[in-house]
Amino acid sequence: MCRLALKTAREPFSPYEVLTAMEAMKEGYDGSGLGLLLRGMEFEDFKYNPRFPILSGIAHTEKAWHRMTDYMEEMEYELKYDHRFAMRPELIEAQDRFRYFMRAYRMPVEFRDESDDLREAELLRARLALRKLSTEEDPLTIFSFYPDVAMIKEVGWPMQIGDALCLHDGQLKSRVCMAQGRQNTNYGINLYACHPFFIQGISTMTNGENTAFVPIRDWLLGKKFAGYTGYQSDSEVFTHILHYALKQLKLPLQAYKHIITPLSNKELANHPQGDFLTGLRQVCKRLIIDGPNAVIGTLPDETSLLVMDQKKLRPAMVGGRDGVWGIASEMCGIQAMIPDRDASLDFQPMREHTVIIPPHRKELEIWSQYDRFPLPLAA
Amino acid sequence: MVSVRSVSITPSSLTPSDLRWIIEHREDRCTLCGNCTAICPKGAIRLAHMRQRVPALDVFNKKRGNDYRTFTGIRQETDAAKLCIGCGMCAMVCPNEAITPIPGTNENRTLFFENRKGEPMKRGGRRNATGPTLLDRIVFHRISMLTDPALDAGRHEFTTTTTLGRILSPEEFLERTVSGGWIPPTREIFPFVIGSMSFGALSPNMWLGLLQGVAYCNEVLGLPVVMCTGEGGCPPWILRSQYLKYIVLQIASGYFGWDEIIRAIPEMQCYPAAIEIKYGQGAKPGDGGLLMWHKVSKLIARLRGVPEGVDLPSPPVHQTLYSIEESVMKMLQTLSMAFNHQVPVYPKISASTSAKSVLNNLVRNPYAAGLMIDGIDGGTGAAYNVSMDATGHPIASCVRDCYLELAKYGKQNEVPIFAAGGIGKNGNVAQNGMAMIMLGASGVHIGKYMMQAAAGCLGNEKNRCNVCNLGICPKGITSQNPKLYRRLDPDKVAERVAEVFMSINTEVKKIMAPLGRSQSLPIGMSDAIGIADQAAADRLHIQYIC
Repeated sequence: MCRLALKTAREPFSPYEVLTAMEAMKEGYDGSGLGLLLRGMEFEDFKYNPRFPILSGIAHTEKAWHRMTDYMEEMEYELKYDHRFAMRPELIEAQDRFRYFMRAYRMPVEFRDESDDLREAELLRARLALRKLSTEEDPLTIFSFYPDVAMIKEVGWPMQIGDALCLHDGQLKSRVCMAQGRQNTNYGINLYACHPFFIQGISTMTNGENTAFVPIRDWLLGKKFAGYTGYQSDSEVFTHILHYALKQLKLPLQAYKHIITPLSNKELANHPQGDFLTGLRQVCKRLIIDGPNAVIGTLPDETSLLVMDQKKLRPAMVGGRDGVWGIASEMCGIQAMIPDRDASLDFQPMREHTVIIPPHRKELEIWSQYDRFPLPLAA
Repeated sequence: MVSVRSVSITPSSLTPSDLRWIIEHREDRCTLCGNCTAICPKGAIRLAHMRQRVPALDVFNKKRGNDYRTFTGIRQETDAAKLCIGCGMCAMVCPNEAITPIPGTNENRTLFFENRKGEPMKRGGRRNATGPTLLDRIVFHRISMLTDPALDAGRHEFTTTTTLGRILSPEEFLERTVSGGWIPPTREIFPFVIGSMSFGALSPNMWLGLLQGVAYCNEVLGLPVVMCTGEGGCPPWILRSQYLKYIVLQIASGYFGWDEIIRAIPEMQCYPAAIEIKYGQGAKPGDGGLLMWHKVSKLIARLRGVPEGVDLPSPPVHQTLYSIEESVMKMLQTLSMAFNHQVPVYPKISASTSAKSVLNNLVRNPYAAGLMIDGIDGGTGAAYNVSMDATGHPIASCVRDCYLELAKYGKQNEVPIFAAGGIGKNGNVAQNGMAMIMLGASGVHIGKYMMQAAAGCLGNEKNRCNVCNLGICPKGITSQNPKLYRRLDPDKVAERVAEVFMSINTEVKKIMAPLGRSQSLPIGMSDAIGIADQAAADRLHIQYIC
């Protein structure tokens, strides 16, 4: 089973801190890989402008690297910063890793004054186009292309990968860090199958298995939205459902829980917005998940969230203090990230809860599905 | 030697060994009680006086001779009108196990004479295709072994309902919620629906027994089972009762029973579950409904607004309409409006290679609440033999094609497909139904299975009984003759209905739990099913397993 850890703090911190949480939970997973998402970036050697999109990925060969850089030039993306990892390649199990990259770009002139929607659409298009540049001989893996977000995915023990990329050297910091410690072993090994997943600033990671994967995937594919693609992992749909709820339907975050794990008829009958939520459940029926899952996610405004499947078949908890919060599969994970907190205030969400850590990070919001739904039109 | 002319032989003369069913009678066990001859629905057996030679030996005079005795025994009729149908009622009533029909192993020569008076054979029942169906061969193989714990069918909560009715896209739903637009009506129902069998095709005791069972399922067991009336209306008191909400009213080309229904609308206490417009039927595609005169009793004539004792053939098409597009458009809209746009209205068609085109029409019609497709293995109360045996399209590939077509456009949640025709024909009703659901159906209709399971219908795929058309149903299920239908106790039927649905519900959970599904019915979960038949796997886009 996967182990998950997320830390969010007002002051940027090294991703290595989250890797220590992964190490603390090492008895619970097979350590077959690491997926890392950083948000709210700070680079030691560059004053980063958070409007610049960062392209993260791996060029597996030199040819692939050139293909990527050539394409970006051709599209008139102006390179502002190219992060160089202090590498210890002997610690990486895989052989074909020409270069890990995190490159900040300025968008082409025509997009600079465009709306966020158009800019995001362009970034999505570019990311998918770059993915398509990959060939069997010269693979190219693109994890994310979005302002203020960087990602790393690799096969091997999380701590070992952290050491290999020298993540402890303070060159790289962020205000939010999500980590997951397992390659996707449900199907073949594929870097794209490793959590967290990312689309237009929205990211989630999950433990467990998504048994309803195929019907959900088929439905999302039918939406004909370019970003709803990939699906090397059954968990990728969790990210896309969150994206669909927030960006396509423009619903508040609380709707996510109502979509993936709707209340039963009996519960909805007593809900203040039962009629609306019954309708929502029906129209989004194909997005209902079965679990067992705990879903941890982050949004572009640095909000973090945690939700459980309907039967709470997977563990996850949240703890922290004003300014610093952690979410992890196990208590020892939170302990490793935030030892100086009042552990008696740690919270394990139940099946109806959505834990939200807002960008101000003062306190948690624990929102229950039985609460009034914050949408004016449903009133 | 007897001259040939003195023996009565006609072209259609047959001997018992030529027949499909042969009566085996043991004289040594027979007490001549007469129960068997009295109950035989076809008059296929009769008490007959027969003569037997007894050897007469005069030992002292060393002479051999003959004595004769007469006795009363059972004789099987060979007249084509009185052929044994294998129902086995004689064996059921015999106190001494002296009589039973056995399937004839010789060639069945009666086939050649089933067209007397120039009329091809008509019968009720089924297609008579024996052996496991394609659905029987599908296994649920995606067992959720990766994640522990698996679900527990006994302890965990399961959602085993499905939606009947048009569902909007999420975008449209939100838009209409804001603007106060029309949100089409839907019903959360149990995915196994009692298929359309009319009040007329079924006896009053059977029909009311089913309804009583359905009401029990809803009100006591919490299982939202619904049943469809078929074409023939509904008793007027039911139209004005709370039970109407468990009923899908069918309208077909004969419009039988709709005078009563329309008259009752202002007095209805609740709306019906849905309206089904029948354009086609799986057992006899291209043919209208048929209630033969034998069954048009006073009650049925009153319900349907026709004279007693006349054949009631519905035309194959809805006469007032020109094409299926027009039918679909006008009838859906009209019926939706008649019920104030508060009742889902959907068409029923026979499975066909053209089903996808009908579906495409429906997707564009905002009043279409779904599509019901009836396959070749469906049953009927009366049809021509040739229609039943040789016309139609199997249900599995038809529904699968339609589902994939919807999925291509992301509409699979919007227009639910219901499937019928052979679900549970070999008894595996939950397995068959769930296989259809994973192929893409939102639910299934079961007719023959209900008759067999809830009322002990004797029909089988070897052409046993199948005389539903003649009103002589020996169990009283499809007869309008009070002497026959009083054999059927509606309370007992209702009890069986409840047992059947409780058991289906448990089996559905037992299928869903190992797949790791509990929150919603696994509609279209095609990764969960496999079949040990490469051609079928390719056709259905599921896994070949061996």
